[in-house]
This record gives sequence, structure tokens and C-alpha cells, in this order.
Amino acid sequence: MRIKRQKRIGQPLWLDLAIPVGGLLMAFLASGVFLVMMGVSPIEAYREMYYSAFGDSYGLSECMVKAIPLAMTAIALMLSFKMLIWNIGAEGQIFMGAIAATAAVRYFPVEGHWTMMTIMGISAIIAGGIWAAFAGYLRARWNVNEIITTLMMNYIAIHLMDYFVYGPWRDPSSLGFPMTAPFPETAKLVPIGWGRVHSGIFIALALILLAWWVFKMTRWGYEIRVIGENPKAATFAGIDYVKNVVVVMFISGAIAGLAGMSEVAGLQGRLQHGFSGGFGYTAIIVAWLSRLNPLAIAIVSFLMGGLLVGGESLQIVMGLPIASTLVVQGCILFFILAGEFFRRYRIVLVKEEI
Amino acid sequence: MEIIVPILAAAVRSGTPILYATLGEIITEKGGVMNLGLEGLMLLGALSGFAVTSSTGNPWLGVAAAFGIGAFFSLFHAVVCITLGGNQVVSGLALTMLGTGTTAILGINYVGETIKGLTKTTIPFLGELPLVGPVFFDHDPLVYISYALVAFMCWFLWRTKTGLNLRAVGDNPRAADSVGLNVAAIRYAATLIGGGVVAVGGAYMSISYSHMWTEGMSAGRGWIAVALVIFAIWHPARAAFGSYLFGGVEACQLRIQAAGTNIPAPLLLMLPYILTITVLLVISVKKGKGILFGAPAALGTPFYREER
Repeated sequence: MRIKRQKRIGQPLWLDLAIPVGGLLMAFLASGVFLVMMGVSPIEAYREMYYSAFGDSYGLSECMVKAIPLAMTAIALMLSFKMLIWNIGAEGQIFMGAIAATAAVRYFPVEGHWTMMTIMGISAIIAGGIWAAFAGYLRARWNVNEIITTLMMNYIAIHLMDYFVYGPWRDPSSLGFPMTAPFPETAKLVPIGWGRVHSGIFIALALILLAWWVFKMTRWGYEIRVIGENPKAATFAGIDYVKNVVVVMFISGAIAGLAGMSEVAGLQGRLQHGFSGGFGYTAIIVAWLSRLNPLAIAIVSFLMGGLLVGGESLQIVMGLPIASTLVVQGCILFFILAGEFFRRYRIVLVKEEI
Repeated sequence: MEIIVPILAAAVRSGTPILYATLGEIITEKGGVMNLGLEGLMLLGALSGFAVTSSTGNPWLGVAAAFGIGAFFSLFHAVVCITLGGNQVVSGLALTMLGTGTTAILGINYVGETIKGLTKTTIPFLGELPLVGPVFFDHDPLVYISYALVAFMCWFLWRTKTGLNLRAVGDNPRAADSVGLNVAAIRYAATLIGGGVVAVGGAYMSISYSHMWTEGMSAGRGWIAVALVIFAIWHPARAAFGSYLFGGVEACQLRIQAAGTNIPAPLLLMLPYILTITVLLVISVKKGKGILFGAPAALGTPFYREER
């Protein structure tokens, strides 16, 4: 008897569900080891996480609060990943969107809520979009590794925000905390009456539907997929590679920028140091877990929101650092990647014949 | 002269962790595997090195522990990328998340503690040379080991049979396989050893440089190293040059801050990242003009012998 790998011809539907679910379970199992090392009972920790996130209406609303930026950013990343452009810079694009939205509030304050929101939204779109399109252009034109450029630009964006909140934009009455003055009411996304959930949820939902429509129904969505699968064939088919990469990266960054605006205008009501908490990186997992499917992104963002809410409550109740959720996230990614193997191959036992 | 020498010496000191990380990644990538988890591996090395040094009092045990932990965590990456043929970009990101998260949790107990660690040992004779002495030969032993590692890798990669085999596996796994090399085994070895070397770079930060552990202390150096591998066109000697260049920027930036200029600190902190992008851009534009390029041809692609 010998174990052999056999290529799958078709992929059964149950695998599409079994791989992410199996990956999640394994990840929680593996992360449990770390919890034990910390002297924490994993069962108790996971129970605490589950009830704080999904136990009551408040918990669920908090999951939704996290799901809004996650879903928007995952949609942004999905666009570039479909093209096999590795935009790892959503975090920086979120920061740029937030900085630009704050700049709009400071320098172009207007009376009407909708006008103010439009100005903030457009600023965020332009800032996030240009931030990403720059890396996209370098990649498409000179083949500059976009993973590195987008990542380096994350660090630059973080320092840029620090410059503003520690320096010229610091609220004099903030007792030295690195934050701007609170936004006026006109510059805030209104709450929808469920916990801290704000109207940014509608932007997120609209983007999910739009992305679904673009990839299912339009020629351009099809072109992006072709470029991703075979850039050479796409060029032969008359699809402009450079232009498409730059445009897709601009839109990708623009959406991430909007996510940044939605965070400062919907949740925080001001720009402050460390406001994002790594949504740009977590969204990579969301996009990957969803297999770049917009409708799956909606569900996975909510569940990932639950993981973040659960992680925060672990911090409060058990004194674990907030980065502990990164362990779970890293494990999830590893196990999903391992699971992908079983999507392509099946393991069979063969009898040795002599 | 009084200003230049300390800055150059500081450039070597600040560049050393980046140099180890870059050299480690060159070993890994020469075998055809791309490991983007350097940031996580450096943190794991920094914490494990610090913890072992702190509990045993022997910094060399700390360095050994860092190497072991780096190799151990690279094993996950190796299994996913080599055996299971998974996406190397995503697996590297997973490794970074795992390393950042793990060290943040397990490192809490060490925050605020200091260790004796490795200290400066001037090399006799060489250390007394003008200019060269204080810049290159007035450091702690891990710096000297990094020089030796650069020399060793130059010899190993281009002058030994094993080095040739490693490069073959990274350039053309099919051909390597057909002459009887075990592609998977060589790639495993390169990934594990490379990961260990990267982690030693992390250990340098906590054992030699700062004698402390702080959460997230690698601060992007792992990613800078990934970029430097491209800058170095996979050559150890150029990696040293690039690392000291970045170390120099870091040293200058600290000095400008200490001198109390009007430039706000966050803007100075951007410098290494802006430099990385600039360096990558220059390299890539030049590459387009036909300058020799040393990337392993099969970098990032899994190999299964029965599939053709």
C-alpha cells in the first residue's frame, strides 16, 4: 500500500465549504496551543470570544462595526488579486483616505451634511486611489515588485498620519493625545440605531453588490479576470495591460480610502493615532477566505469581525494583547493554504503491483 | 572625520540585522522558494534570542535558539509551499502574522527587562587601522560573523558542488531532478537554514543592538530585506553594501533627531521606506535596459516531478 497524490478533474462543491471550515477549526486548535502556553484555558477563551461577539445584540452590532471596513477593504483587495497584482498596501490606502477626509473637514468645511460627505468621500477616493495607482504604475510599467512598494507605502502613510496628529492637526484641548479635534456633526456618518453601526454599512453593501455585478455581468470584469489568468494572452487580445493595472489599482486604493473615511467619519469622529488596527492586513485573509467572491466577502467579513471583537474582549477579560488575534489569523491562512492542496489533488491509497 | 567615522560605524551596526535577514532570504530564494515572512521571523528570533539569553545568561545560546526557532517556523512555510504547492506570497504573509502575534503574546513577560547580551570586542591590529578600524572592526562578535557569512556564501554558492545544486534547484528544478537531485529536500534545507539566518538577524537586534525586547521591534526591517535581495541581485556582497546603506540612513536619521532640528520625527522615519521604493525603482528601470539580472528562474513556483 502506498499513498499517492492524484490530480482532481472537477472540484466537488462540498470541498468549497469543507476547506474554509476545516481551516478555521484547525486554526483554533493550533492557536489553542499558544493560549495554553500563556496559562489560559483555550475552551474558556473561545467561549468568551464567542459570547462577546455573537452572544447578544450588542456583540453582533460590534461585529457589524468591524465588518464594514473589512468588507470594503476586502472588495478593494479582491479587485487587484483577481488581476494577480498583490496589493498588500490597503492599510496605507485606508490611512490616506482617512487623512484626506480629515483634511476636507479642516480646510473645506461646509454646512450641508450631504455636501460635506461628498467632499470627504471624493478626497478619500482620490488620496487612496493615487496612493495605490502609484504602486500599480511602477509595477505595470517597470515591473517593480508591488508587494514591497505597497508595503513600504503603508509605513510611509502611517508616519504621515502621525506627523499630522502629533503635529499641525493636533487638537490643543486633547491633553497631548495624538488626535485631531472632533468632527462637526455634518461631517459624521449617521448612526442607524443599532449599537455603534453607522451608515457606512450602506456604502459597504453597495460596493459588494457593485463588485458582484461587475465580475458577473460586465465585459470589463471579464477582462480583469483574463489579465489575471494570462497577461500575455490578454495583451494579444488587445487589452491594455498597463492601463488596466493602473485603473484597477486606482479603484482598489479608492475603495480602501473610502473604508478609511468611513472609519473616521462613522466611528471615531476624528483622526487619531492607530485608528485602523490592521484592517488592511486582516482584509487580505477575508478576501482569500472568500475565494475572491463578493457575496462570500460579506459573510466572511462579519465572521472575521467576530474574531476581532472576541479578541478585544480577551484583551479586556484575560489581559491578552490585542495582537493575539494575529496568531489565529496567521494560522487560518496557513491551514486554508494547506487545504487548497486538497482542492487540486486527492489522496489515494494504491496497492503496489508486482 | 570626527562626524563621519561614528556615522559609518553606526551604519554597520544598524545594517547588520538587515544584512542577516537579506542573506537568509538569498539562501531561501536561491533554492526557488520566496519567503515573505521575514518580518515575523526576525521578531521570533529577537524574542527567542532575548528570552534564552535572559534565562541562561549566555548570549550564544540565545543566538542558537533564535536560529532554531527561525528554522522551525520556516518549516510551516516549507510544508505549505514545497510539499503542498501553496501560494508563497500568502504563506509568507501568514508567517509574518504568526510571528508578530506570537511574539506580542509571549513577549509581554520580557518587556522592560534588560540583558547584558553581546558587547563590543575590538579586533586586535585590524581595529587599530585608521578609518577602517573603527568603522568595521570595533563591534560585537555577531557583526564579525556576518562578514564571515558573506564571504562563506560567496564561496559556497559559486565554488562548491552543493552550492551549484542549490542554484540548479532554484533555476531549473526539472533539470536538477533529471540529474538525480532531490528538489524537495534541497528546497526544505534552503528554506529552513535561510529562515534560521533571518532569525539571527532578529536576535542581533535584541541581544547586541538594544539589549531589550520591545513589541514589533523589527519595524519593517524584514520587508526592507526582501527589497534588498532584489537590489543585491541575489549576491551576498551587494547585500552587505545595501544593508549598510540602509543602516546609514537609520543612523543619520537618529543623529538628525538627536541634534534637535525642526524636521518632525515622523517625516524622518519615512526615509528608509522612501529609499527602498527608490532603490527598487532604479533597479527595475535598469533591468529593463538589459542589465544582468540574477533572479532564480523558478522563484515562487512549486515543483512536482510527476507533472510535466
